[in-house]
Amino acid sequence: MSKIIQLEQAISLINSGSSVLFGGFLSVGCAERIIDALVKKGTKDLTMIVIATDYDNKGVGKLITNRQVNKVIASHIGTNKATQTQMNDGSLKVTLTPQGTLLEQIRAAGSGLGGVLTETGLGTVVAEGKQIVNVDGRDYLLEKPIGADIALIKAYKADEKGNLVYSKTARNSNPIMAMAAKKTIVEVDEIVPVGELDPEQIITPGVFVDYLVPA
Amino acid sequence: MDKALIKKKIGIRIAQELSDGDFVNLGIGLPTEVANHIPEEIEVFFQSENGIMGVGAAPKPGSEDKDLINAGGGYITVKRGASYFDTCLSFAIIRGGHIDMTVLGALQVDQHGNLANWMIPGKLVPGMGGAMDLVTGAKRVIIAMEHCDKYGKAKILKSCTLPLTAKGQVSLIVTDKAVMEITGQGLLLKEIAAGTTIEELKACTEADLLIPDHLPTFGD
Repeated sequence: MSKIIQLEQAISLINSGSSVLFGGFLSVGCAERIIDALVKKGTKDLTMIVIATDYDNKGVGKLITNRQVNKVIASHIGTNKATQTQMNDGSLKVTLTPQGTLLEQIRAAGSGLGGVLTETGLGTVVAEGKQIVNVDGRDYLLEKPIGADIALIKAYKADEKGNLVYSKTARNSNPIMAMAAKKTIVEVDEIVPVGELDPEQIITPGVFVDYLVPA
Repeated sequence: MDKALIKKKIGIRIAQELSDGDFVNLGIGLPTEVANHIPEEIEVFFQSENGIMGVGAAPKPGSEDKDLINAGGGYITVKRGASYFDTCLSFAIIRGGHIDMTVLGALQVDQHGNLANWMIPGKLVPGMGGAMDLVTGAKRVIIAMEHCDKYGKAKILKSCTLPLTAKGQVSLIVTDKAVMEITGQGLLLKEIAAGTTIEELKACTEADLLIPDHLPTFGD
């Protein structure tokens, strides 16, 4: 079965109310074409899970500017004014999470783990309402897994089986988010025939990938 | 004093804390100054938490690579021996205790080693990014900042009043006026800036300072 689909089909997989893991960091390594198509279509009430909400007119920030998101889970929103404005006027619910914790929560969801135990956030507002677990005399916060309906991933190269290779720091959150959604859709610069990628170089094995969208 | 000179003075002093082979993470803003003053005889690897160990100099204008940025979003280059990895692994490096030193700015820091540097309720809520992970996970946390805020008020307190980034994790504070270490006994004044008197320092520091008999100067 071919994993290659066109942009319109990719967009049709994302419904209003969907939760979406967005790979990328400050718009580097993000599926910008798919995001642009989502903006054009106007799919509403999305839950966005992302490291940072990028910029008002670049990366995932465009979806917030266009008021298509009603919930954000992120570690940083300081580069995107629209996120802060909508958070302050109450139209956007924002959960701020330490970056390392957020990524481990996503990895946990993709790995079948019931959560992670971490010292990050102990003694801060991050710990409020969370269970503290003592292991061998040390306290840890229990942080639960975060998965989603869809993961939108950006890769540099893929083979037709969905094995992925990234480019430099555009790798960022992509390999982790690719693990943790019901459907993983990858925007990719170049798709090569099976056998052309060296198995030693593959960062995300195709088992995590459902669809490839040629850029 | 001129802001650029303040930055330079703090950067030079913190660079003296580095050892050959250290893996270091510098926060954005003032802490990046440290990279300009690495002693020639040592090699240090800088991490950027989006996923690189071995950050090099800024690229020449026109030769930027759109896939190569640091955690502040600025274009970078890589040095020989650098490596790329995903951001989750990057934070495993941080949280697993593999980073020798992190240098960060602060809104407030107190004599118990508590740090507040991520939000001002009702005003500024950019998010903590990787700061909580870094402060909790790095072997040494060094705070680089101007001694007082822009109104001349103390930032080094008995107890932080802003929401904390982490509890009891700060090792050393380096400002334009002093070098202070958080110890089990309290905040130890280790060095004072050349030209600053103890009275001047006490007047702009709310925290209780332990002052040794012999007090070296720095920045002269």
